[in-house]
Formats: sequence, structure tokens, C-alpha cells
Amino acid sequence: MNVPRYWRSERTRYGLVGEICRSCGKPIFPPRDVCPHCTDEGQDVHPFGGKGQVYSFSTVYDAPAGYTEYQPYTVALIKLDEGPLVTAQLTDVDNEAVHIGMPVEMVTRKIKEEGENGLIIYGYKFRPVLESKSSRPDRF
Amino acid sequence: MREVSIIGIGQTQVGEIWERSLRDLAVDAIRAALKDAHLERVDALYVGNMLSGECIAQQHLGVLIADWAGLGPIEAVKVEAADASGAAALRMGYLAVASGVHDYVLVCGVEKVTDVDAETANAAWSSAMDAEYEAFQGVTMPALAGLLMRRYMHEFGVAREDFAPFAVTAHANGANNPYAMFRSPITAEAYAKAGMVAEPISMFDAAPLCDGAAAVVLCPRERAADLSNKPVHIRASAVATDRLAVHSRRDPLFLQAAYLSAQKAYLQAGVSPQDVDLFELHDAFTILAAMSLEACGFAERGKAVHLAKEGGIACNGRIPISTMGGLKARGHPIGATGVYQIVELALQLRGEAGANQIDCRLGMAQSLGGSGATAITHILEA
Repeated sequence: MNVPRYWRSERTRYGLVGEICRSCGKPIFPPRDVCPHCTDEGQDVHPFGGKGQVYSFSTVYDAPAGYTEYQPYTVALIKLDEGPLVTAQLTDVDNEAVHIGMPVEMVTRKIKEEGENGLIIYGYKFRPVLESKSSRPDRF
Repeated sequence: MREVSIIGIGQTQVGEIWERSLRDLAVDAIRAALKDAHLERVDALYVGNMLSGECIAQQHLGVLIADWAGLGPIEAVKVEAADASGAAALRMGYLAVASGVHDYVLVCGVEKVTDVDAETANAAWSSAMDAEYEAFQGVTMPALAGLLMRRYMHEFGVAREDFAPFAVTAHANGANNPYAMFRSPITAEAYAKAGMVAEPISMFDAAPLCDGAAAVVLCPRERAADLSNKPVHIRASAVATDRLAVHSRRDPLFLQAAYLSAQKAYLQAGVSPQDVDLFELHDAFTILAAMSLEACGFAERGKAVHLAKEGGIACNGRIPISTMGGLKARGHPIGATGVYQIVELALQLRGEAGANQIDCRLGMAQSLGGSGATAITHILEA
């Protein structure tokens, strides 16, 4: 695959950057030129906070080429705090521990490799929300 | 608009058909359908196919198949709507005859996936999804169905085992279909123990990708009786769509396109779900069978698994489905599947369905593209 297909959407994939519709005010992810709610064409760029909950999940045992490194991995529909659903892989997680309602946060990770000499593609995945540092025991 | 009838049907064996190429399969189905219709020529050919580009590096199927089937220099094009490509081709044929543009039309659905390895075929099938925002994340077609099934289990309080009747019924019916890929019954116990493909989707929740071709011949209803002893009439043809990606749908557990296309079809035919004697639905995954029944008005939301458990979907049930094995047991030759459904409905309505024959007058077929973003519904009458 050629590079433009990926850099074209870097902002969306690395930063979870979507839109707010100027006309109806609804958050949109992934970004598109015509609002899926009101069909208006005017949108403002909106970086999503990256926090949400698992709406549903499925563990893949038969991964496509380029994705076998992480097999078995869990894919999920994430309900972002701002509203939209996002389809994404979960990472840094025990597949057995995933449950509907689990709080997760967005991170940038390697998505796939296009063969030995091909591109390495990065993008958003979601992991369980890490506990804040203040709640951890002091080690030093 | 003219009324349209089916005067010829043909199908090939479904499965891993090593000895026949895509064009061979299509020609086999077409020749059988023409013979059944006692016709030698038609005005147009519409080919339903999804994967020929990715799987055998062949496009331009309309002319390829018209050429090899000996149909002459007629209008011939391929129609694509993912898994619903065959039903979309029927829709085009229906419109051509109903509008008066053509009198005799062939519709052929064909797929050839076993000329490449399963990984390549599955990747090609995944192009039914949103490539940028679903497949990109490593989501496979079974995983997409798994997301729906898990949420369905959560919202409606049902267990994975509750979906067993869909697979068991399909296999029981497929056992009596000589064209089916799988002809062995399975048990609920086997379903419970089946290996996972994309949890909670197991191999017994998922239809197999395979080869096959099916064809039908259409003509205006006023001429059908002169050409066929057992014409089958198309009472309704309706297409609706939803957001392509599951995450963009208002309610991922409700098949809005299936609902809308069924409602349009009921309105066109002047019937309600109670009038439908059998329903060939899109059971690419057990969860889609359940959601289709609910979207089309045969079960309340969250209740399709109960309908199945009570035997309501069996050949002697309230609304028989997958009567010749469905996608699950007959097999899912992607772009051909929508035409197989029509051929099987025609067999039922002509009283030629053998051991699985249902006492019927009105049958409905619904083909879904991908996870339900396209839904094409046809209602046929004997």
C-alpha cells in the first residue's frame, strides 16, 4: 500500500481527532465531510478525550495477514465519553478480563506490518484505564 | 410497471469445487436455468459477484459469462453489493423486466473462492466492512458478528448456547439438500463445544465461504404461463441501506436496512409477516439470523432465540427459515448466495423441495451485505 493512504489520516489515527458539527453540535468520529446526523457540510476539528467504556468485544483467533503478531487479540466497540462508538483493538489487557462497561483509554500503538520490507502502520488502540499515580504505593 | 415472474432456475453444487472454474460454474447454472425455462436466448444478463477481482484477478464478468455461456452480444454487467451481490443482480433484472426495457433476463450469482488460500479469501470478504475504520483494526467478518452477538447476549440476557437452534436447524435442513455443502446434522452439544473463530462466534455460528453458482430466468408475468408450467411470481423487490460501519449505526443491534427493505416489500406485496410461509434469511452468522427475524417482524426484539428454541424456525414451525440449509449448511458462496435463496424459494413454491417441502404459497428471501448495511428483500408467490 502507498504511504499517502496512511498519512492522509494521521491526525485521526494518532490523535483520535474528530469533529463537532457546526450546525447540529454533535460530535463526529471518524471525521467526514457530510455530518451523519444533519447532513450539514460544516464541521470544526475536535480532538476526543480518548476515554470511554467497552460497549462490546470479540476475541480474534484467526487473524488476517499483518495482524498475527498479536493473536489472539480482542477487538471492541468503545463508547467514547463524548458519545460516538469507535471500533478498535484493545491492548495491554488480559483477554479474559475484558468485560462490557470496562473503562478504557486511547493509546497510540503499532497496528500492523505490511510484510518484512513494507510499511509499519500505527494508530489508536484502547487499554484499561491505568490507576492514577497518587493511588499507588510509594516505592522510593 | 409490469409484474415479473421466474420461469427458470438452475444451481450448481455448493462447496470446494476444485474441478470447475468461476466461468464453468456460472455457465453450468445458466444452462440449467435456460433449459428449465425452455429458452435459448435472453435480452440481458446481470451477474452477482463480489470477490472475482481479489480471488481470481478477473473482472468484467458480465461479458466473460455472456461470452462463455453463448448468450451473444447482449447487455451484460456485474452487480456488486458485498454478500448481497446476487440479490442485487436479481433486483437489476427485476427492474429491467418490470420497466419494460427487457422481456427475458438472466440473473446469475457466482463466486469462486477456493482458487486462493482461505486467508486471502477472508481478507477479500472483509472488504465488505469499512476498510479504514473497521477492517484496519484487525476486525474480521466473524469478529464483527462477535461484537453484535456479545452485545446481544448482554442486552437481552441470553447465553451463547441459546443460539444453537439456528445452526442445528440449518444443518438438519441441509442434510436433505443434494446441492448443500454440509449434509451432516449437528447437535446442540457439538455446537456448545465448537472451536472459537472470534469469540463468541464459533465455527458452528459461521457459514463457510465456498464456491457455487445459481441462476434464474425472468420474464413479464403475462407471458410466464405460456413458457412455464410452474411460474413463480415476484410480488415484491426492495432494497434499503444503513450506515456502512457498525459503530456508526444508531442502534447496532437493530438491522435498520433489513427492517426498511422488509417494510417496503410488505407494502408492495400487500402482505404482512403473518402471510409469509417461509423465510430464506441471511444466516452468515447465527446472530444475523436472530436479528433478521426481529427486524422483519417475525419476533420481538431479543426474542428470536426463544422463537428458535421453541422450534418456530423448523420446517414445521411458525416461520421456517434456511429450509434448504441456509448459508450455514448449504454454504455461503458470497455473490451467489442471494440467487441461491431465490432458487430454493422457487423450489419450495413449485413443490419440488423434496424431503424439506413446506406447504407454502408465499415465500420471502432477504440477503444482507456485510453486517447488514445492505438489505435486499424479495417476496415470491406460487
